Amino acid sequence: MLLEARHLVKRFDVGGGLFRRAGQVHAVEDVSFGIEPGRTFALVGESGCGKTTVAKLMLLLERPTAGEVVYRGRAVSGLSGGALTEFRSEVQAVFQDPYSSLNPRLRVGRIVSEPLLVHNRMSGAEARKRVDEALEVVGLPRAAAKLYPHEFSGGQRQRIAIARALALRPKALVLDEPTSALDVSIRAQILNLLSDIQEEFGLAYLIIAHDLALVEHFSHETGVMYLGALVEWGPTQTVFDRPRHPYTQALLASAPHPDPDHPPPGDVIRGEIGSALSPPAGCRFHPRCPHAFAPCDRAEPATTDTGQGAWARCHLLDAGAPAPVRRGEPARAGAAGRPA
Amino acid sequence: MTDADAPALAVEDLVMELHLRRGVLRPVDGVSFEVGAGETLGIVGESGSGKSMTCLSILRLLPKPAGRIARGSVRVGGVDLTQLSERELARDWRGRRLSMVTQDPMTSLNPVFTIGDQVGSPLRHHRITRTLRETRARAAAALGRVRIPSPERRLDEYPHQFSGGMRQRAVSAMAIACEPQVMIADEPTSNLDVTIQVKMIELYREIQKETGVAIVLITHDMGVAASICDRVAVMYAGRIVEQGPSRAIFRRPAHPYTQALLDSIPRLGARRKRLFALGGQPPDLLDLPRGCRFAARCPKRMARCDEAYPPEFKLPDGHVSACWLSESEAVHAA
Amino acid sequence: MAVEADLAPADTAAPRPRRRWRLPSAGVPWFSGLILLLLVVCAIGGDALTPWNPAALDLRANFQPPVWAEGGSWAHPLGTDNLGRDILSRIVAGARVSLVVSLWAIVLSGGIGSLAGMVAGYFGGWADVLIMRLVDIQMSIPPLALALILAAVLEPGLETVVIVIVVTYWTWYARIVRGEILSLKERDYVALAKVAGVGSATIFHRHLAPNILNTMLVLATLQIGQVIIFEASLSFLGLGIQSPAISWGLMLADARAYLTNAWWAITMPGVAIMLVCLSSNLFGDWLRDVLDPRRKQL
Repeated sequence: MLLEARHLVKRFDVGGGLFRRAGQVHAVEDVSFGIEPGRTFALVGESGCGKTTVAKLMLLLERPTAGEVVYRGRAVSGLSGGALTEFRSEVQAVFQDPYSSLNPRLRVGRIVSEPLLVHNRMSGAEARKRVDEALEVVGLPRAAAKLYPHEFSGGQRQRIAIARALALRPKALVLDEPTSALDVSIRAQILNLLSDIQEEFGLAYLIIAHDLALVEHFSHETGVMYLGALVEWGPTQTVFDRPRHPYTQALLASAPHPDPDHPPPGDVIRGEIGSALSPPAGCRFHPRCPHAFAPCDRAEPATTDTGQGAWARCHLLDAGAPAPVRRGEPARAGAAGRPA
Repeated sequence: MTDADAPALAVEDLVMELHLRRGVLRPVDGVSFEVGAGETLGIVGESGSGKSMTCLSILRLLPKPAGRIARGSVRVGGVDLTQLSERELARDWRGRRLSMVTQDPMTSLNPVFTIGDQVGSPLRHHRITRTLRETRARAAAALGRVRIPSPERRLDEYPHQFSGGMRQRAVSAMAIACEPQVMIADEPTSNLDVTIQVKMIELYREIQKETGVAIVLITHDMGVAASICDRVAVMYAGRIVEQGPSRAIFRRPAHPYTQALLDSIPRLGARRKRLFALGGQPPDLLDLPRGCRFAARCPKRMARCDEAYPPEFKLPDGHVSACWLSESEAVHAA
Repeated sequence: MAVEADLAPADTAAPRPRRRWRLPSAGVPWFSGLILLLLVVCAIGGDALTPWNPAALDLRANFQPPVWAEGGSWAHPLGTDNLGRDILSRIVAGARVSLVVSLWAIVLSGGIGSLAGMVAGYFGGWADVLIMRLVDIQMSIPPLALALILAAVLEPGLETVVIVIVVTYWTWYARIVRGEILSLKERDYVALAKVAGVGSATIFHRHLAPNILNTMLVLATLQIGQVIIFEASLSFLGLGIQSPAISWGLMLADARAYLTNAWWAITMPGVAIMLVCLSSNLFGDWLRDVLDPRRKQL
């Protein structure tokens, strides 16, 4: 494993004044996963599920409340300063908004070379060469280095952000919704570019996304998050073909298909995502779950091996009851059967 | 006042211009479409394609002072809105026969007024209801219609007491309170999570079934368009390049731009295969080519494409494509 | 430029449609620029530019009206005051005090306030609480009461005026700069710099400071007018500049007694103050528009 999350927990204090605290947001609860070189792990979920907080924890932009980030077998979450040099030069990021991720007052060459100048004491000429290389990889002309970010379109800016991330020749990239601010036709360009880069340089990717089709297309492993916790994870094909957790099933059933002949998306689950300030007791998903039964509002479900390398946390699976809902079958309530 | 046989909304050769210091550009450049009662037309396209500007032009909510309608007509039930005065439009049309739902439910609701006040305001403004009691009853009915439980009680609540999905429902209730003939929805689900989005899609279908309202849905999401629209129009650089029944557009797209859009989106169930990536950028509206506006990015470009903008060709399955490639298949030039 | 044309963004609008169709702002403000330039020239030139010695008394020629009024002459274009001093000369000479006071006041209050604001915004926590409570306390003291106290403790004069103004106005900068920093430090490029291992000091001078500079420049320009009025008020009340030094506020105070028979003696310095304030506001507004990087996207 190149980059690992081990039992990450992040809670934020909210409200209150200086001396008292009003409550805690349980943003991330016991999240673990690992990424191999050359592979992509995707975290998917709806807004407020904590996936972006996980990205920030993995980049050491936030300090975990408990658990640790492990890089090359070494815990890095407690480190600071010089001890982090290796991590800081080998794990880079691309964020969602290509407007906010480039400083409007710096030229593109300066933006791309910023990470280089921190880590390598290289000459100006060397740095310029590396900038040219990085720009070439992302398909921008060298002359781009002399321009300012506002002279580029959204898609081009995202290319610049990728070039910047690549300048240090990193081993892993954290991609936080890298295409969701872009136009449809530009998204494909960026996704293909990221795939090519991964193939060429053997990078490990952690991608944060809400678009299920994109995740299925792009990732090798997928983790589905709900209210701060992973509810189901494993190889992407297994998770998407044989979703075992009712939330994963609901997400898949809700996604609209660009095909009028496909059965329209099904409204499977009730209500909206709960509050991370006071997550529901027992299984976090039970207030919305179409299959909720006796133990769901009391006990947290255990982690169950669902086969083919996938895992899920659901009381239905503890009981060993229902047959998996396969793709194509309507995943409506009742189809999976409610255990007696 | 209105003609019963006319389509709910008919837009013909609509041209909207923006007069900027850099020059005059046409975000909407000769757009024509019709939407019948009980029908949903999807307008899909990327940012800058003119889809939102088309809607604002229909309602004549143009950026001031730069925007103006240069040509064309917008008929609602046979009445040409472009010929009406601003006062008439505001009094009898906007928010009454023609309503709008926007993308952001947070900014569409004023946090200092109750939901009841806001859903009731178009009713009072258009003098549909005279008394407070009547307004409240109608507002509650509208909230009930968008499936907000116990609407009478929730009339007196404020927007912050509503969840995100409920707020979007309340905005839709405002839009249908006056029982409009046409509802324009600009990316109404784009900011919503999929499990909420699916509820809104279902809601729009139900509202349409109950009220027969004609819906114009603006979206960039091909999935949403496919699951809700009867017909679809694809816009590129200010023009509709292809339009027709949903099935024809999604199953047999004739215009290379539509084909590229459909090939470039990842689909559930399709294994890791390379996406088709369209190169380049949409053209600068101030510096448009003489011929087809898509030609520069088109994988099937021919010499002819640069010479003249293709007319609309009507294809056998009833859809229309503005591409020279469609000429041979065309039934007759539309 | 060929490359630039090739890269010309056509879909710039993508995620940020705000201000997309905004019309370019009005052109360069010649009028206000000229007035401010004139102020600077007068302040530097000082006595060398004045037709008369601004302090010279000529009791025979007192209360001469301006040239366009009945009985006025070109000898004293803006008339003379009760002691026969040439008003035009005194306005030109007073420009120096106005400019010196505003420059010092702005540099000092801007420096202290911005530093406090940056520390409060960037580090947060106790530093933030401490500085911002200090700002709150400061802002709840009426500036004139503060001036009275300070003038009583210190000697009235140019330094006192500057101190009073700095103590009053540093809070502006502190509040605004803190707000800017709070929003800037949430920008993704700051997070990315941290991800790349860039240190706090570099983040500060490369990513934060340049983005605040514009705000400070605009604030400073807008403040010129405020400071000049404040200086005039203090001098008018006798807490500021003392005779025989010349200041516009002092001219107003001297002329107050003769308001009924020599309106020009109080009007002329008043007009000078008004013109400079108006110009600094107009110029500041224009500067804000020009320095907004979003404007360049259009």
